[in-house]
Amino acid sequence: MTTTRIPRTTRGPVIEVSELHKAYGGRTVVDDVSFTVEEGEVFGILGPNGAGKTTTVECIEGLRVPDSGRIRVAGLDPVADQTEVTHVLGVQLQESALQAKLTVREALELYSSFYTRPLDWRPLAERLGLTAKLTTRFGKLSGGQKQRLFIALALIGSPRVVVLDELTTGLDPRARRDTWSLIEDVRDSGVAVLLVTHFMEEAQRLCNRIALIDKGKISALDTPAGLIGKSSTSTVISFTPSQPIDQEILAALPGLATIERQDARITLRGTEETVNAVISLLAQAHILTHQFRVTDATLDDAFLDLTEAS
Amino acid sequence: MTDQVTTIAPPAPAGGPSARSAVLRSEIRLYGRDISNVLLSIVFPPLLLVILGLVPSFREVNPDLDGLRVIDLYVPVVVLISLITAALLIFPPILTSYRELGILRRMSTTPVRPSTLLFTQMWLNGVMALVSAALCLFVGWLAFDVALPRQVFGYVLALLLAGAASLAIGALVAAVAKAARHATGIGVAVYFPALFCTGLWIPVRSMPEALGDVVEFTPFGAAANALGQAAAGDWPDWRFLVVLAAWAVVTSAAAIRWFRWE
Repeated sequence: MTTTRIPRTTRGPVIEVSELHKAYGGRTVVDDVSFTVEEGEVFGILGPNGAGKTTTVECIEGLRVPDSGRIRVAGLDPVADQTEVTHVLGVQLQESALQAKLTVREALELYSSFYTRPLDWRPLAERLGLTAKLTTRFGKLSGGQKQRLFIALALIGSPRVVVLDELTTGLDPRARRDTWSLIEDVRDSGVAVLLVTHFMEEAQRLCNRIALIDKGKISALDTPAGLIGKSSTSTVISFTPSQPIDQEILAALPGLATIERQDARITLRGTEETVNAVISLLAQAHILTHQFRVTDATLDDAFLDLTEAS
Repeated sequence: MTDQVTTIAPPAPAGGPSARSAVLRSEIRLYGRDISNVLLSIVFPPLLLVILGLVPSFREVNPDLDGLRVIDLYVPVVVLISLITAALLIFPPILTSYRELGILRRMSTTPVRPSTLLFTQMWLNGVMALVSAALCLFVGWLAFDVALPRQVFGYVLALLLAGAASLAIGALVAAVAKAARHATGIGVAVYFPALFCTGLWIPVRSMPEALGDVVEFTPFGAAANALGQAAAGDWPDWRFLVVLAAWAVVTSAAAIRWFRWE
């Protein structure tokens, strides 16, 4: 199947956010956030709970009015041109439901009646694996099925960009992976995606670019590879060697960021490359270890590292 | 294989007629799927009239009531119960749950305004209330030979004003309630005084003078009197119609002022 891209009438980013500020009752939630989402890309906003991710996207969706700053969606102001924006922006809200007794088919038909140029909901339901569930009521759907329906409703108005807020939170790993491939399908169909998540792995797999947001500020904005390059502490290796190892030998390990020693125990922070190098080093020197552990750094570790680096 | 043409959709009128009728169809379906709604709004008021009519003494001419029977006085009461049951027990929890579930927020990200959903629910509950009221009149006439309203226009006008006031009070309940279960609680708390004012326990005309004067300033007391007058063939007193209109306007304004979309 080939898709020919028709040149768009407007050029440039599909979402522009510059110097966005938002406070609730004197508490700053979004503090000087700027980024752009380009046509056809998956842009991730990654950060811990309460970092200001949802408030940022709610300003883009026109659900909240920014205190200051400028937002444009396909050149339109989400507050002043709210109706026009709803035609180009598809939305999945973080905590939202439908009427429990509405069936999947009725929801699809209802939402497609809202738009002037809706997609045909039948192939859309097919693509999202909802065909067998058309007569099922919303209240009887599983978490994964609900999320698939929300993706369908976000796409039904044939938007240029969709906002997916914490789409996979609360899904089991299987449903999460299925949802990821659906997001890849959405991207491949030419719709830009603004993905809000607190899963590092999810952002890494899906996003062309990621903005790390913490305490209302963007602490880093780069491609996943770029962020991993910046964050040198993606992997933590710790072990207690059967005999001492020279500091210089450890320091020469590739990808290594820090060395910590506590009594005989050594903790190294580095990358995948470091893990392999440590294993071959130990094997070559015939050093046995006690409690050899390799763990992924948590999101918080990556944040701390990236904020320290900046 | 057709090329997918991606253009910026032209600005379309928000909530066009097709979208509004789709919302209406969908809400009617959902209303019908909740059997408790149907029982409460359509079955309960006429059934109450039938139960009252089974009491033999209620079917006998009472000299204290100007030659009317108790059952004659109860028909306007059950007609009002149709209105307040829909407006206070059914309508507020639906609205509040739509806010609580994020349905209104979700709709505000589409070209259709979430107010469409509120007005659809208001119309739907208003129509159900009027259907139930008509059913009460019919059952009274058929089963107990209660005369149909003689001043039809006055009756319909009083009924519509009473319906508007009841729905406005229901909307205010939904506006101040934080959650659907609070809306149910507040709705019930308003429902019983409202039942009292309709004259369910003591007909408004038989109430002690001081109490009756107060009750006549409530929408349900005023409506009970206005419907009673129109049923007997008189044009309802303007002061009752003014009381009803004032309640409808003031509580609508309050509901609009305090309604939160999220």
